[in-house]
Amino acid sequence: MPDTQTSALKVVLVGNPNVGKSVVFNALTGAYTTVSNYPGTSVEVSRGHCSLVGQSYEILDTPGMYSMMPITEEERVARKILLTEDPHVVIHVIDARNLERMLPMTLQLIEADLPVILVVNILDEAERLGMQIDLNLLQQNLGIPVVGAVMKRKMGLDALRQTISEYAVVANKPFIYAQDLEQDICQIANLIGGRYRLSRRATSLLLMQKDDDIQDLISVEETESSFQLLTEATREISFRRRADLNLQISLERRKVCKQVLQGVVTQSQEETESFSEKLSSWMMNPLTGAPILLLVVYLGLYKFVGGFGAGTLVDFLEGNVFENYVNPPIVHLAEKYLTAHWLFELVVGEYGVWTLGIRYAVALVLPIVGTFFLVFSLLEDTGYFPRLALLVDRLFKKIGLSGRAVIPIVLGFGCDTMATLVTRTLETKRERIIATMLLALAIPCSAQLGVILGLLSAEPHALLVWTVFLTFLFLFIGFLAAKILPGESPVFYMEIPPLRLPQLRNVMVKTLTRMQSYFVEILPLFLFASVVLWAGKMTGTLDNVIHLFSPIVRAIGLPVEVTTAFVFGFFRRDFGAAGLYDLQSSGLLSVTQLTVAAVTLTLFVPCVAQFLVMLKERGVKVAMMIFIFVTIMAFSSGWFLNKFLLMTGLLA
Amino acid sequence: MARLSQNAEEILESLWVMTVEGDNVGCLLTSLNLNRDTEELVELIQRSYVEIKGDRVYLRREGRPDAQMTVRRHRLAERLTMDILGISGDEGNEQACEFEHLLRQGVDTKLCTLLNHPTTCPHGNPIPPGECCIKARQQGEPGIVALTELKSGESGEIAYLSASDDKKMQKLMSMGVLPGSQLLLVQKFPSYIFKVGQSQFAVDDTLAREIHVRRPV
Repeated sequence: MPDTQTSALKVVLVGNPNVGKSVVFNALTGAYTTVSNYPGTSVEVSRGHCSLVGQSYEILDTPGMYSMMPITEEERVARKILLTEDPHVVIHVIDARNLERMLPMTLQLIEADLPVILVVNILDEAERLGMQIDLNLLQQNLGIPVVGAVMKRKMGLDALRQTISEYAVVANKPFIYAQDLEQDICQIANLIGGRYRLSRRATSLLLMQKDDDIQDLISVEETESSFQLLTEATREISFRRRADLNLQISLERRKVCKQVLQGVVTQSQEETESFSEKLSSWMMNPLTGAPILLLVVYLGLYKFVGGFGAGTLVDFLEGNVFENYVNPPIVHLAEKYLTAHWLFELVVGEYGVWTLGIRYAVALVLPIVGTFFLVFSLLEDTGYFPRLALLVDRLFKKIGLSGRAVIPIVLGFGCDTMATLVTRTLETKRERIIATMLLALAIPCSAQLGVILGLLSAEPHALLVWTVFLTFLFLFIGFLAAKILPGESPVFYMEIPPLRLPQLRNVMVKTLTRMQSYFVEILPLFLFASVVLWAGKMTGTLDNVIHLFSPIVRAIGLPVEVTTAFVFGFFRRDFGAAGLYDLQSSGLLSVTQLTVAAVTLTLFVPCVAQFLVMLKERGVKVAMMIFIFVTIMAFSSGWFLNKFLLMTGLLA
Repeated sequence: MARLSQNAEEILESLWVMTVEGDNVGCLLTSLNLNRDTEELVELIQRSYVEIKGDRVYLRREGRPDAQMTVRRHRLAERLTMDILGISGDEGNEQACEFEHLLRQGVDTKLCTLLNHPTTCPHGNPIPPGECCIKARQQGEPGIVALTELKSGESGEIAYLSASDDKKMQKLMSMGVLPGSQLLLVQKFPSYIFKVGQSQFAVDDTLAREIHVRRPV
């Protein structure tokens, strides 16, 4: 091959969630993908490059998959890579502690005639549990290269690099199943005429198991007549084996694995319950889990994000750095050079790109979102979220979601836009719609939360009303949605990874990556928003819009000035809350008005970015319906709350 | 003696649930939608199964065995409709109400044995044990039970997965939850948490009911 020196060879990383694929990716490429301790967080495929002995490689990190037969969206994404890319090697990363459980997928990769290297990762933990693994014997039994590793400490990295660069394709050793199963596989395999990335054997098995993607592929690649024959044959087999085909295949694979593992693993001593296991069981027990959750919310969200992020950091950046050191010279420069009135307004005016856009984004929003992401990443890295998921599953079932939805919902408290993107990992369309709607309606993002906590913290009763009302509405609307939306209620199952101490580097990398993507996404919108508002102000359109809105705003008992905050609110949710902040400081709002405004604004239509993601993820029809529903809900709730508060004189 | 009518059985059932399992002392006639001359009530009074004092009706000792067996039949019927026939929700409840009256003359024993002597109904209420259950326990049969029947800390071998939702079962299988594996139930509430090998899994009760475990002898 003449061009191997120039073109990059592809290396695909596959494996169960939580086995350290991303760590291997980072070690090989030197780049940072987010490493998480939550099954199913990376939906995207990360790509990076590395060079070994003068040959360049493109490394692809896929979402976690449990078998070659995809069930969830992430698995489908991962499998698609194997079907479409032409890899030089496929690196299957497995957890040494769970060899027996993960080896069946290695068999499937071998069976598919893919060029597999097996990385047995997390050897240190396995040793701690008293497991001794004979990797040479495993390599011999499997007939593929096997590398032992502790990737987070870069042990085994050099061996892996060497194995990749020296990899030569050898014929994979076939594993034999029970005779009757083999006969059926043969029957299908002989009917296949086209050429596929996966071996005929693997393709046949997937066809028998009615894999949708493979069926589609066959219908395109095969001739009319052979497709017909294949369909008939697979139908006949699926029916004949309707009782237990999948089970039989799984059991056969396990039988082969047992043979392969014969003599490979020796267990020396019984393990003892470690502190992390105790802590883990406290987190999963509702009696101790609920106080732990409250503690996490109090320390993480209220104290750290609310107190430190939204308080100390914002005060420092906004009140000190910007007010004293950054703004004056800029305003000074602007006064000197931007002589045209419109230009001056555009940059440092009331809605100027600088004053409104950059100042808010950097000084007000970034510290809050940043501290939130730090807490979130820290919790994610320890493995707390799966435990939280199983704790809230019963409650979430009542609102039509499963415990799995805990990630998008919690992430929503950081950024609803990102959270809406993550609803993709939910399994049914119904769940995705409910989660998207609840995020749009009742989950305030961290920036909004920070500003609202700041606004209401001086009025503890107002804060209480706000919290109770939003919690009630979240549950109530979720409950109604679960009743109204057709479809089966979701089923919950999840692997619970071991708790671990957060790795400082992981946490930092995750936080920074999230902050970076937030910033990349947010800053243009802030600028865009301030330009639109500036144009609105200059042309008088803004006044018209505010004029149009003001009857509604007045109907819910708020001064007309609040309208501006609502109009801002659409450009960024937190933006609107920050607008309230200004009104509050100038003493325009009573406590009742403040509460009503805060509630309405929290409920009100999500920001532009979230709306765009909703359109993309849920489609125009559903997104528009949610949009309209949320708008009506926000103002009618505001109206109701205002009447209620005035009538009861609760906050008077 | 002639068989109790269906409505009389329903009355016994309600009385059992409210006064034996619940903490009511007798039941208001009105709360059972009955009056003194309701035919079925008269039938029960004639058998001295119940008595009326004031505006309340009480279950007498004579009525307890039949009441208990009626409740047992009802809950066995629920297991049948919901677990085996896979009819859930209101429909399942309705069907169970129809089925329970067919479970007589040993049919309940056969069903109970087929279901492997379940101890709770799908809603988690206890199924009063019948003679077959007691005999099975005395013989020390290991028995195959759903994960929901195990106690926390109990372990066993996964016997089979009943596949009402194929995709979910495949998922469990690919995660390593396979017949033949040893399973340890760690916790039952709010979710079922179990250990297979070195890995822990959480499932809700819908799935837990479909994982069947062979208890060690």
